[in-house]
Amino acid sequence: MIEIELAIVGAGPAGLSAAIEARRAGVDVLLIDENARPGGQLFKQIHKFFGSRAHKAGIRGMNIGTELLQESEKFGIKTWLNGEVCGIEDGHNLWVVRNREKSEIVRAKKIILATGATENAVTFPGWDLPGVMGAGAAQTMINVNRVLPGKKVIMLGSGNVGVIVAYQLLQAGAEVVAVLEAAPRLGGYGVHTAKVCRAGVPFYVSHTIKRAFGTDHVEAVEIVKLDSSFKQIPGTEHVIEVDTICLATGLTPLTELAWLAGCKFNFVPALGGHLPIHDDKMHSTQNDIFIAGDISGIEEASTAMEEGRLAGINVATELGYITKEEADARSQEIWDNLNTLRSGYFGQKRRDAKDSMLQNGKEVIKWNIH
Amino acid sequence: MCDELICRCEEVSREEIEAAITDGAVTMNEVKRFTRAGMGLCQGRTCRRLVERILSEKTNTPLSEIQTSSYRQPVRPVRSDLIQEYNNLEEEQ
Repeated sequence: MIEIELAIVGAGPAGLSAAIEARRAGVDVLLIDENARPGGQLFKQIHKFFGSRAHKAGIRGMNIGTELLQESEKFGIKTWLNGEVCGIEDGHNLWVVRNREKSEIVRAKKIILATGATENAVTFPGWDLPGVMGAGAAQTMINVNRVLPGKKVIMLGSGNVGVIVAYQLLQAGAEVVAVLEAAPRLGGYGVHTAKVCRAGVPFYVSHTIKRAFGTDHVEAVEIVKLDSSFKQIPGTEHVIEVDTICLATGLTPLTELAWLAGCKFNFVPALGGHLPIHDDKMHSTQNDIFIAGDISGIEEASTAMEEGRLAGINVATELGYITKEEADARSQEIWDNLNTLRSGYFGQKRRDAKDSMLQNGKEVIKWNIH
Repeated sequence: MCDELICRCEEVSREEIEAAITDGAVTMNEVKRFTRAGMGLCQGRTCRRLVERILSEKTNTPLSEIQTSSYRQPVRPVRSDLIQEYNNLEEEQ
């Protein structure tokens, strides 16, 4: 058994940021990630980030990833890669399978769950054919593994993931035959949408996929128009030849470990579904378990990094490495950043959902812990 | 070809899940036990939300009120000897 002050599950933007803040304060940290390299989804994000300048706007995601890794190396943060956290018991003991060949128990005084999210599926006859994949998976293939998933791609979903990946597929040499959006209006940032538009890709609003055709892989897709209540309109179908169907239909937080740990949950559709209740310190309803990043609500890498810092600082405070006064001052600064990130046309909805979560967290966690 | 699979790991179709609901399944765990949807290698990572939505539509219940499935470790597919190794480690404690 390995004993540690703080174990962090997930070395994406939230987990890395948490590890850096906690280690900076003096906490003995172990960062665990199931992948072969740290950074989460940052290294496939070759586009420039949005937001204020203080938030790395204008910097490409992969470069933010490199900065975080350099900092984590500077602090000598212990990191287990290829480490799958399979379970959690007594609120402190993590069952970790290392390199798929050895079970270990990590006993941590505090745990931060920064497990991220998984892509949502949409089903239609033929969706299980090879060639149907999450847009994020396609993005990993082109930007990390340098493999083109197909030559003629259709994208379902016009949110940021859909338009960003559509553009990157074009850059990688694929033809994007169309972007479909079930809603009557497009969902992504104008700047990303416009780039795809200028490249000549047609957008179909109020449209979805009815079925995919093919024997051993996707050969064509049938699309159909939707009415205002999202019902398919018969007679509006048409078939397009494609070899790849990308689904960019949202993300779901990876919450299994939080459920296992006994955290209480709220259902918040605006943030991705069932989420562990948390307060403004990123504390869950379990005494020594904190959360940060997409597990606390689907947002962006910029908010994930701020939440990770909050969790790291508050863990360090509970372990006695930072005074409460210092923690409060630094938390206030981070909250100012978060509130800026959660503003404007796209951010306000998340801000409102987060505010009601925090209000709820304040009430529930007060009763559970103190 | 017209089958719409919902749980790919256990190859459970939409028809089978809807039939289970018609037969009386109203919670995620009941659908799991009727059909094995969500009990395969990925432990429901992909189909959990899909089944929740089908349950919500078929039983006319808001998604927020669908009783979620229960969770058990291991939450990742692991070799059975590693489960044994974990149990041994636990006993040593």
